[in-house]
Amino acid sequence: MAMLGAITPVLMAGLDGDNSWSLKDYVARGGYEQLKRILINKMTQEDVIGEVKKSVLRGRGGAGFPTGLKWSFMPRSFPGDKYVVCNTDEGEPGTFKDRDIMRYNPHAVIEGMAIAAFAMGANRGYNYVHGEIWELYKRFEAALDEARAAGFIGQNILGSGFNFELFAHHGYGAYICGEETALLESIEGKKGQPRFKPPFPASFGLYGKPTTINNTETFASIPFILKMGGEEFLNLGKPNNGGTKLFSVSGHVNRPGNYEIPLGTPFATLLEMCGGMRGGRKLKAVIPGGSSAPVMPADVIMDCTMDYDSISKGGSMLGSGAVIVMDETVCMVKALERLSFFYHEESCGQCTPCREGTAWMYKVVHRIENGQGRPEDIDLLNSVLGNIAGRTICALGDAAAFPVQSFLKHFGSEFEYHIEHKTCLVPKDVQWAGSGFHKIPA
Amino acid sequence: MFSADTLEKFAREVAKYPADQKQSAVMACLAHAQEALGWLPPEAIEGVANYLGMPPIAAYEVASFYNMYDLKPVGKYKITVCTNLPCALSGGYHAGEYLQQKLGVGYGETTADGKFTLKEGECMGACGDAPVFIVNNRSMCSHMHPEQIDKLLEECK
Repeated sequence: MAMLGAITPVLMAGLDGDNSWSLKDYVARGGYEQLKRILINKMTQEDVIGEVKKSVLRGRGGAGFPTGLKWSFMPRSFPGDKYVVCNTDEGEPGTFKDRDIMRYNPHAVIEGMAIAAFAMGANRGYNYVHGEIWELYKRFEAALDEARAAGFIGQNILGSGFNFELFAHHGYGAYICGEETALLESIEGKKGQPRFKPPFPASFGLYGKPTTINNTETFASIPFILKMGGEEFLNLGKPNNGGTKLFSVSGHVNRPGNYEIPLGTPFATLLEMCGGMRGGRKLKAVIPGGSSAPVMPADVIMDCTMDYDSISKGGSMLGSGAVIVMDETVCMVKALERLSFFYHEESCGQCTPCREGTAWMYKVVHRIENGQGRPEDIDLLNSVLGNIAGRTICALGDAAAFPVQSFLKHFGSEFEYHIEHKTCLVPKDVQWAGSGFHKIPA
Repeated sequence: MFSADTLEKFAREVAKYPADQKQSAVMACLAHAQEALGWLPPEAIEGVANYLGMPPIAAYEVASFYNMYDLKPVGKYKITVCTNLPCALSGGYHAGEYLQQKLGVGYGETTADGKFTLKEGECMGACGDAPVFIVNNRSMCSHMHPEQIDKLLEECK
């Protein structure tokens, strides 16, 4: 597993056993103690939410919204069913942290969800798992069976009178279902098309009932926050950026993988933990928070620390913590072409600016990459992206526009070169060598 | 049209949802149906819809929206290659090209013997292990360089 060199791991501490995902191992690591403490000592809902607020845990799925505050929006006294939903639909290019949490620590997610359900007065929950990680969907179902048999979920949990039924639901290939209201539509057995907000899920969520949706890593952090106390968790990171966070590092580093580090760790330290740049080549650019985050040139990211505020000040966003590292062998036009294809492919088709605009952006970047760019194409791209951003029901439109905008802003000269010379600044064989793909045997 | 085994799986999915929300099980039931039949012919989609008491068109909407459902027959082994940017930086494109050379088919095509279908996929959430493939929607293969690709193709009997 790729947790090499983690500094003070919290969520991923002690996961070196052969069966770290089993109930037995989780309990041996102190698992389910916090759920027990809450239920047996009769902690109040306010106490639990208060502790989460103190931790300044910010949503780990991408938006970075304070979790404790989100939980306080749930109408706890609303009669009837209320839901907590976990978003494990991890499809933001570059992100693969929830996969490792599901692989090595699924019970932390279950315990976190049960605590959340208690705090918000919810009685049912679903974990929506990315269809592509089928083996881990099955592992999570097995973990649910274990937790149910041990009485940690189900009816009258630990004799407290608290009921919480939890199930797994799988996706089947749709990036848009990572958007929380599309995810709810998908659980309802429909196409995953986002809903207009308001109403927000806390008042009208799954089946029209009050619902709170959090990311896998967010839920998995909860037992640890309650164990160490909100304040101590906050202090692991920096003010307004509490705790440790998993960073998924991909691309041109020697050791791609997940690294759990305190928020506020310098980017340079993270890069060092990943064994530095592949082949000792020069860093060109980094997308710091998943493909939807604006790209940052090397000199800007090298001055940043890995936390919400620093990356935002640097002109991008921490997003899901997916750090895509690119060295000097990358053609930025080709890189953007692939990302633009992705958003075009994954647009749900509901809003015209996104459905049509993502197609246009891909088409234009594609022709630039293929030597058919026109001098007016850069203005055309800026015009199209400006007509998508902010004009759609969900954030996919913005997510498609930001990469185009930032690639043009920071690497516009490469696009101009492509248009003028009808070829790439970086020779094809250099690009191939940069990928590290083993040479095809003759 | 479904075996007793498949129907039992359907029932287990339906049990996860409130009694008046059977439609929620449509994604899982379509996946089970596809696993049993190899792909999703219109009768299977209609069969699932009837089982869940929902309009067939609503089930068809779901089957056509999510890209892991196969609405046309595929080979015995469907290999989906991730070529999204993080994978491409670590050989995703080249792994796909190598597979195309070995199998003699392009993306979206099936070999003449009906054994392999090749697909280009979107992010599978395993970017640190690039190049990454998924075989038959179920099993993820990591670090797919030429040697590993050769081995995978040999194992697909």
